[in-house]
Amino acid sequence: MSPTVAGILQLSLLVALLAAVHRPFGDYMAKVYSSEKHTRPERWIYKAVGADPDSGQRWGIYLRSVLAFSMFSLLGLYALLRLQDKLPWSLGFAPMKADQAFNTAASFTANTNWQSYSGEQAVGHFVQMAGLTVQNFVSAAVGMAVAVALVRGFVRVRSGEIGNFWVDLVRGCVRILLPIAVVGTIVLVASGTIQNLADPHTVTTLSGGHQTVTGGPVASQEVVKELGTNGGGFYNANSAHPFENPNAFTNLVEIFLILVIPFSLPRTFGTLVGSAKQGYAILAAMFTIWFVFVVLMTWTEMHHNGTALEIAGGATEGKEQRIGVPGSSLFAVSTTMTSTGAVNSFHSSFTGLGGGITMLGMMLGEITPGGVGSGLYGMLVMAILAVFVAGLMVGRTPEYLGKKIGAGEMKLVAMYILVVPATILTMTGVALALPGERASILNSDSPHGLSEVLYAYTSGANNNGSAFAGLSANTEYYNVTIGLAMLIGRFVTIALVLALAGRLAEQRQVPETVGTLKTHKPLFVGTLVGVVVIVTGLTFFPALALGPLAEGLA
Amino acid sequence: MSTTVQTPQTTAQAPEQPPAPGRVAAGLFEPRQLLKSLPDALRKLDPRVMAKSPVMFVVEIGSVLTTIMAVKDPSTFAWITTVWLWLTVIFANLAEAVAEGRGKAQADTLRKAKTDTVARRLVGGTSGREERVPGTDLKVGDLVVCEAGDIIPGDGDVVEGVASVDESAITGESAPVIRESGGDRSAVTGGTKVLSDRIVVKITTKPGETFIDRMIALVEGAARQKTPNEIALNILLASLTIIFLFAVVTLQPLAIYSHAEQSIIVLIALLVCLIPTTIGALLSAIGIAGMDRLVQRNVLAMSGRAVEAAGDVSTLLLDKTGTITLGNRQAAEFVALDGVTQAELADAAQLSSLADETPEGRSIVVLAKTAYGLRERDEGELGHAEFVPFTAQTRMSGVDVTNAGVVRRVRKGAASAVNAWVAERGGSVPRRSGELVDGISAAGGTPLLVAVEDAAGARVLGVIHLKDVVKEGMRERFDELRRMGIKTVMITGDNPLTAKAIADEAGVDDFLAEATPEDKMALIKREQAGGKLVAMTGDGTNDAPALAQADVGVAMNTGTSAAKEAGNMVDLDSNPTKLIEIVEIGKQLLITRGALTTFSIANDVAKYFAIIPAMFAVAGGPAGLAPLDKLNIMHLATPESAIISAVVFNALIIVALIPLALRGVRYRPLSADKMLARNLGIYGLGGLVAPFVGIKLIDLLVSLIPGIG
Repeated sequence: MSPTVAGILQLSLLVALLAAVHRPFGDYMAKVYSSEKHTRPERWIYKAVGADPDSGQRWGIYLRSVLAFSMFSLLGLYALLRLQDKLPWSLGFAPMKADQAFNTAASFTANTNWQSYSGEQAVGHFVQMAGLTVQNFVSAAVGMAVAVALVRGFVRVRSGEIGNFWVDLVRGCVRILLPIAVVGTIVLVASGTIQNLADPHTVTTLSGGHQTVTGGPVASQEVVKELGTNGGGFYNANSAHPFENPNAFTNLVEIFLILVIPFSLPRTFGTLVGSAKQGYAILAAMFTIWFVFVVLMTWTEMHHNGTALEIAGGATEGKEQRIGVPGSSLFAVSTTMTSTGAVNSFHSSFTGLGGGITMLGMMLGEITPGGVGSGLYGMLVMAILAVFVAGLMVGRTPEYLGKKIGAGEMKLVAMYILVVPATILTMTGVALALPGERASILNSDSPHGLSEVLYAYTSGANNNGSAFAGLSANTEYYNVTIGLAMLIGRFVTIALVLALAGRLAEQRQVPETVGTLKTHKPLFVGTLVGVVVIVTGLTFFPALALGPLAEGLA
Repeated sequence: MSTTVQTPQTTAQAPEQPPAPGRVAAGLFEPRQLLKSLPDALRKLDPRVMAKSPVMFVVEIGSVLTTIMAVKDPSTFAWITTVWLWLTVIFANLAEAVAEGRGKAQADTLRKAKTDTVARRLVGGTSGREERVPGTDLKVGDLVVCEAGDIIPGDGDVVEGVASVDESAITGESAPVIRESGGDRSAVTGGTKVLSDRIVVKITTKPGETFIDRMIALVEGAARQKTPNEIALNILLASLTIIFLFAVVTLQPLAIYSHAEQSIIVLIALLVCLIPTTIGALLSAIGIAGMDRLVQRNVLAMSGRAVEAAGDVSTLLLDKTGTITLGNRQAAEFVALDGVTQAELADAAQLSSLADETPEGRSIVVLAKTAYGLRERDEGELGHAEFVPFTAQTRMSGVDVTNAGVVRRVRKGAASAVNAWVAERGGSVPRRSGELVDGISAAGGTPLLVAVEDAAGARVLGVIHLKDVVKEGMRERFDELRRMGIKTVMITGDNPLTAKAIADEAGVDDFLAEATPEDKMALIKREQAGGKLVAMTGDGTNDAPALAQADVGVAMNTGTSAAKEAGNMVDLDSNPTKLIEIVEIGKQLLITRGALTTFSIANDVAKYFAIIPAMFAVAGGPAGLAPLDKLNIMHLATPESAIISAVVFNALIIVALIPLALRGVRYRPLSADKMLARNLGIYGLGGLVAPFVGIKLIDLLVSLIPGIG
């Protein structure tokens, strides 16, 4: 079988699986977030944190809960990393330095999982399990909670309340992420991913040298790493490591896990707003962009010009032979477009255009389909923007799902679309202007070197977490600035989204008429795709031109 | 407009021909206005004025910076760029100035009407002493007396007397109107002129806040505040501007890293090309022009907010009389009794109506002529005829014709009156006649009986069916509204049966029969509770609460001052049908904004393809960036010509679109889907393609300039 055929089969199987699952799963999630009943273990948790699960929260309270919880997570994880040597199963690793611990704590609470450390050389099993894996669950659940809160803003009429954060958080973990993680772990372990609490083995290599092989609870973290669009690998090599991602089957399972929640949430949204069609419109916009990027990526990686590439049958450098070029391309697009950031190949080794595609995928704002929850709320914000412009063109002041988009709403939307690009561009510009920070660039003095820095901040601010490689990011400067980029990209946007949810929930519902812009028709989907691509494209075109475009057009 | 009275005062504005249904007529735009408005445009360069439009303010700052650069380090490129950046700002101001200029002319005519008048104030009640004070000294509650030839010194209500008043200063309508104390025609407006008789007016507004003052402020744009949607759009434009500011400012360190440092002028040129200058320049002109289009229709909107709301209206409350139907009932058919021919009945009906000057009576004569070919007869033709005119007491009209000594009396009138007349003369009323009368009443019509007394005795000939006549084209109009998603509700004092018959005929969606002001109010609140926006017209004082409650309340100028106060628009022509046009103007305003925003953003794509290769893929530049030359798909001559072409295009497109901004985009009542597809096609795709063509053409010219090409 040629790689192309294999690639097409793989993609078709993946799409078929997602198509089969997204409806029941999306509806299930809708039920989870709208059910009135609490299970007994959930009640225990509410009691423990002192939350009244039956009270509704206005957006301000909801946001305060999110921030308080995340601050607690950030400090807790920071403490674990700094006190690692005092903890069990530390494998003898030293505590992390302050700047790196901040970076790592910010990274995992912000659902980014940027790693400026090598997993197997810096953190022990306890921190992996009690710190990082826990954050992999809860930070994902926070994203989903915020998305559901925004959806409630559309549904609720003349009520300021957008749900209860603690209920949304706990249910997301207990009823959605945990069960799938358990099943997923079993599947991965059965397919060859390792899972143990063993001490490192030292083995003698064929050439007579010594190598330390670290085992650990890999499969359990691997599943939630993908499922919660986290991306922080147990090993430095992430999903390219054979212990994490041993074969083509696990590769497909992992891609499926990455995409299943983001591609099912539009269904949840449709069900919650009482119109499946609205959900499909959002899904269609997400899927279209994702699919086009997969095709473009596979094409550029398979057919790039150059003697070496033609002999190898594609851009194989930095890609695992057991996974292949199409499998790596599919993974790369899926991981960069979902804010996951797990990698099974080295994005720096992709062709110039391929590298540009991974970056553009993130620059779109992680909304196609985006991170768990964050993808949905990001896309809904873009939908509001699209409605604003398109809505005017049908001769009415804009409205989306029966809610008017006025100056107050636009202010929040405008700030949302502003904050991440501004962070990326400013931080990239400043880093490149500082001679000291330029020294971290591996391929300095070339467009590729510019891409390394641009990619780092893009990945951080968009909460992706994948690295282009090449940039030595474990410096005080990069640890702190990328850490800040991650926190801004996560929590400032969440604050804006929740404020938006609160405003929408207070509004009354405008009934739909023939004169209303139909937001479930292909025309609107096309407009939405256009708005997403054009707004991002225009913002980043100059920066991309100097990096991947200059390299890729050569 | 059916007047022959010529007033000495110049009319403020000739009333326009009513536009074709479904089309909002274009405003006038002449290129000469551009030149005339140039001084105003230059005056607006004041940064304090510019700061109101964040996009253009950024361009102005950029222009100042490039000017400094060009002075310090002069070159052809620097100066051409600088000049065109300034032109961009000036063109934007020009758009606004032209829009405002059109209102100014009207304001000047209004001011003429507002000459300082001397008021004849009454001291001590309506019969008190008279004193002369300047109009500006009047207070609310003062009584003033006005006689023929006097200018009414302020807004108020007539408390005593009747007068004919020339209101042409405000309405442009030269026919005098009657103003009398009590009732719904008591309001008078300062600046209008009493033509006959004497009235006593109680002043209701302070000088300086009168209707005419507000009108001047409105048409001049002085009172113009940004509307909610305009504010929202401004926020979006400001945020796009900030994003591009970030993109351009941070580009410099990236460029330095790539060994391709850019001059400040080039960066400013890039910034100006990227930020949404097209819509930023035209936004306020679009708003002013929207108000202006209303003024051209003789409608005054008290706020821009009301115009926007008009675009959103989903329920229209329309008064039956005057809006849906012609003002009066008209003869629709003649129903003859058994043994009577149609021609006989028609002849009698016509004869009996010759002396009936009421609209109903005229309509009978017209029907006899159009349906039965009976031309109107003069008195002479009838021999000796004695006419019996219609009176409210007899409720009958007719004629007694004496021909060769035989008297033939013909009567027509209300059924009961005619029945009594026949019975009085010894005739009998057949049962069939009663059935016909009841049938017509049941169907919502008004029956009139026709009877005759001649040699054969007194007898009933038949029935005339009078009914409300729905204005021509209303059904199509309502169909259009339905396609736009707007529900029409007919309001009438008629009984439900009559109302239903007319509602069905006119094709409205719903009706409110036997409507009281309270019913109207309840209906509005019910619709609004469902999230709908409601528009209505009204003139009476009892309409005032409903007018205030409605999202768009259009008061008739003939109405009371309470109604005018309550509504957020005043129709100077007092034509309730105009509500439909108001909705269309509101929609057109919003569409124009959306279309030009889309166009403006779509334009940026092409500008990147012009400027980015010009900035980086230059001969002698870093080898690593040379591949970017592949982006120069327009094959622009040189980097300098490429950048200048983009800047020039960016400036010229503003001027090119001024007429569109003032006129509004073409608007036809279509469903939302079709409208979106159409506008996305024209302004979205058009916005993508147009600059590629435009920039290339400009480049062909620019490259001829020595030192550039």
